[in-house]
Amino acid sequence: MTATGALNSSRLRASTIFPALVALVVLFGIPLTTDSFQTFQFANVAVFVVAILGLNLLTGYSGQISLGNGAFMAIGGYTTALLVARLGVPYALTIPLSGLLAAAAGVMIGIPALRLRGIYLALATFALALAVTPVLNNFDSFTGGHAGLNLNPAAPPFGLDLSNEQWLYFLCWAVAAILFLPARLLIGSRTGRAWMAIRDGETAATANGISISFYKTLAFGISAFYAGVAGSLQAVVLAYINPDSYSLTLSLSLLIGAVVGGLGSVWGPVLGGLVVVWLPYLAERAAGLHLGPLSFGGKPDIGFGILLLVLMYFAPAGLAGLAGRAWRWYRRLRRGSGGPADGESEMVEPEPVETAERQVEPDQMST
Amino acid sequence: MLLAASVIQSFAQQVVSGVASGAIYASLALALVLIYRAMDVANFAQGEMAMFATFVAYTLITQFHLPYLLAFVLTILLAFAGGVIVERAFVRPFEGAPVLTLVIVTLALFSIVNGLAGLIWGYVFKTFDSPFPARSVQVGGVFVGIQDLGVIAVTLVVLAVVFSFFRYTRLGLAMRAAALYPESSRLLGVRTSRMLALGWGLAAAVGAVSGMMVAPIVFLDPNMMQPVLLFAFAAAVLGGIESPVGSVIGGVIVGVLLALVGTYLPGGQNLRIPFGLIVIVAVLLFRPAGLFGRREMKRV
Amino acid sequence: MVLLELTQVVATYGPVRALHGIDAQVPEGSIVALLGANGAGKTTTLRAISGMVKATGRIRFDGHEVLNRRPEDVARLGVAHVPEGRGTLAQLTVWENLQMGAYIRRDRNRVKQDLDRVCGYFPWIPQRRRQPAALLSGGEQQMLAIARALMLRPRLLLLDEPSLGLAPIVVREIFDLIQAINREEGLTVLVVEQNASLALQLARRAYVLEVGRVVLEGESDELARNESVRKSYLGY
Repeated sequence: MTATGALNSSRLRASTIFPALVALVVLFGIPLTTDSFQTFQFANVAVFVVAILGLNLLTGYSGQISLGNGAFMAIGGYTTALLVARLGVPYALTIPLSGLLAAAAGVMIGIPALRLRGIYLALATFALALAVTPVLNNFDSFTGGHAGLNLNPAAPPFGLDLSNEQWLYFLCWAVAAILFLPARLLIGSRTGRAWMAIRDGETAATANGISISFYKTLAFGISAFYAGVAGSLQAVVLAYINPDSYSLTLSLSLLIGAVVGGLGSVWGPVLGGLVVVWLPYLAERAAGLHLGPLSFGGKPDIGFGILLLVLMYFAPAGLAGLAGRAWRWYRRLRRGSGGPADGESEMVEPEPVETAERQVEPDQMST
Repeated sequence: MLLAASVIQSFAQQVVSGVASGAIYASLALALVLIYRAMDVANFAQGEMAMFATFVAYTLITQFHLPYLLAFVLTILLAFAGGVIVERAFVRPFEGAPVLTLVIVTLALFSIVNGLAGLIWGYVFKTFDSPFPARSVQVGGVFVGIQDLGVIAVTLVVLAVVFSFFRYTRLGLAMRAAALYPESSRLLGVRTSRMLALGWGLAAAVGAVSGMMVAPIVFLDPNMMQPVLLFAFAAAVLGGIESPVGSVIGGVIVGVLLALVGTYLPGGQNLRIPFGLIVIVAVLLFRPAGLFGRREMKRV
Repeated sequence: MVLLELTQVVATYGPVRALHGIDAQVPEGSIVALLGANGAGKTTTLRAISGMVKATGRIRFDGHEVLNRRPEDVARLGVAHVPEGRGTLAQLTVWENLQMGAYIRRDRNRVKQDLDRVCGYFPWIPQRRRQPAALLSGGEQQMLAIARALMLRPRLLLLDEPSLGLAPIVVREIFDLIQAINREEGLTVLVVEQNASLALQLARRAYVLEVGRVVLEGESDELARNESVRKSYLGY
C-alpha cells in the first residue's frame, strides 16, 4: 500500500505523469493570470514546496521527526546572502552551494541524531530550531545582526520580457520541479525502501541487512540539502534576510506543511506549500471577522493548529491522503458498484507514519 | 583582596539567581515529566499553557483588581481546570496514537494557545509585577535579591505539595500506578483515562506557577515561555525524563549553568539558548537516561 | 449457582481469531481450571472476561452482562484479575501494591481489617512493606499479586498461570494457599494453568482448550483419568 514498488510502470504512469501534466498547465497559467503580489506569493509557495519535500523525505519516509529544518534553511539563506551581498557572487551560483553547505550541516546533525529516536529527536531538533536566531544575532559582525542584509532584487536575465516577480516565480518553480524528480525517484529506489523499512521497524530493517546509520544520516543530509536550497531561494525572492525570519515559527510551518500535505506522500509537499503560504494570507484577509471584541485577522496560528488537529483526527494521511481517497471513490463510482475491486489503486496511497510504537504493556517491560 | 572579594560576591549572586531561575525551569520540567510518565510524550504546549495562565493572572490582577495572592491561587485552580479540559477535548481522541501523532497534536495546541493569547492580549510586552520587593538582603556576606529568594521559596512549596500529593494520598498513588502500569491499574479498577486528565490538570497547574514566577523577570508576552520550555526540556532530560525528583535537580543545575554562561562568556546572553541545545544533545548522547533515570530509554 | 457463564465467546486479535466460541461455567464457591497448551486461548479467555480484549458472544457475571465492558468497570463488579506476568506495580512499595488492590473500596475500616487478614496468609509481608515490589522474588511477587487481588474483596479471582517460572516447592505453597482461601472464604477462582497435573489437583472442574475451542470438560478426577488428557497434558 505504500509507495514501495511504485516503479511498476503502469502505476508510475497513472500516479505521476497525469498529475504532472495538470501541474505543468497550472504552473504556466498562474503567472499569466495573477497580479504581481499573487505571483510573488506563488514563488514563495515553491520555496516551501522545496523545503517540505526535504522534510517529507526525512520525517515522512525515514521516520525521523525534525522540528528544526528551519536551521538548514538559515544556512542556505545566509550562504546566499553573504556571498551575494559581500562578495558579489551571482545568486544563481549560490543556490547549489547553499544546498551543499546545508547538506554538510545536515549530515553533521544526522550523526548524533542516530542515537535519538522518537520524542528525543523531536526535543533536540526543537532546541535546534530555537537556537538559530540567537546564534545568528550573536555573530552580528558577520551576519549583519538584527538589521539584516539587503540584496539586489533579482532581475530577469537574457532580456526576458518578464516582471521581477514572474522571473522569481519561474526560477523557484523550475528549481522545485528539478528537485521534485530526484525526490520522487529516491522514494521508489532502494534508498526509499530502506527508509521506509527503518521507519516501520528498525529491528526488522537491521535483520534485512539495511545499514540504519547510513540511511538515516543520508536522509538528514538530503533533507538538509532541500532545506538549504529553499533557504537560498527565499533569500533571493525576498532580497532581504535577517535572523528573526528563522524563528521557531519557520520550522513549525515546515512541519505543519509536511503533515497537512500528507507525510509519506509524493504530492503532499505541494499541497503543504500552498497551505503554509496562503493560509496566513487568508487569515490576514479575514481581518473583518469579529467575535465580540476579538478580531481574527492575522492570526494564522490558531487556524494552523485547528487544521492540524482536524486532519490528524480525520485524515492522518493529510490532504494528499484525502485526495487519494476521493480519487478512489470516484473511480469506484465510475466503474459501478457491482464491479470487483482490482486490488490496486492507481494513486500511490500515502500511509500515516508511525514512529516508535507506544508500549502496549509497560508492566511487562519493567518486571 | 578587594577585587577577589567582589569577584566572589558577584559569583555567589549569579549562583543564587541561577538557582532561582532554575527553580522556575524545575516547575515547568516537573510538569513535562508528569505528562511524559503518563503518556510517553513531551508536551510541547506546556510552556504555552503556562503563558496563557499567566495572562489570566495578569487579567485578574489588572482588570479585576484582585490581590496578588488571591489571583495566584485562582489562576492555579483555573489552570488545573484548563489542563483537564484540554486533555479531554484534544488529547483523549488520540490516546494510544503513535508518538509522531501525539507530538503533532501538542504542537497544534502550541499554535492554538499561542495564537489565542495573541488574539486576546496582543503582542505588546507587558510588565507583570512581582509579589516580592526588589530589595536585596545580606546573607552571609552576600547580597541576595528578595525576588530570587521568593521564587525559590514558592517553588519549594509547590514541589512539596506535589510530592506529598503523590506520596501520601490515595489519588496520588493511583495516578502514579496508572502512569507506570496502565494495564494492571485498570484491572484494579483505576479509571486510567481519567487519571490522565488529572495529570494534565496537575501539570498545567504546576506550569502556571512557573509562568507567574518568570513573567516579572522577562516581561509578559505570548512568546515568553519558549526559552523557558527549552530550558525545562534540558532540565528534564538532564534529570532523567522519567524522574520527577531528577527534573527538579536538573532544573537547578541548568539554571546555575545558564546564569554563569550568561555572565562570564562573551556574548553570553545570546548563547543561553544554544547552550540549552548543547545540554540536551550532550546528555542524550552520553547519558541518555539522565542523572536519575532508571529505565532504558531505547524503544524499538 | 453459576457465578460466571461464558456462551459462545469469540475473540480476535486483528486478523487472527484466538477464540472460536468458548462455552464455560464457573459455579459460585468453586475452583475451575482452564488447561491447554501455549496459544490455546486460555489467557485470551481471561482477558475477554475482564474486558481487555474485544469479544462477541455472552459473558454473564453475577447477573451482569460484562462482555466488552471496560476492565476498570469489570473490576468494580468484583472481578480480580491477576494477569500474565503478575501485574506487579514494580516501582511501588509492597504496601502501596496492597493499597492499590483496595483502590475501589470506600470502607476504610474494613480495608484495615483486610490488610491484617491478608498478612495472616502471607506473614512475610509486614516486614517488607516498605520495599519496592521489584525487589521481591518471583514467588513473593506471585503471593503479593494474590494478596493485592484479595484486597479488592472480589467475588471472582482470575489467576493467569500462577506457577509460571516458580520452583515446585513455591508453587505447592501458593496452590495450598489458594485452596485454603477458597475453603475458608468461599472465594470463587478461575485459574489458567499449563501445568495440568497441578491444576487438576487444585480445581474441582476443568476445561481443556485447544486452538481456541473447548475440547474436553469435566470433574478434575474424571479428566485426570481420561486417556487423551493423560497423554497430552499429564505426560504418562
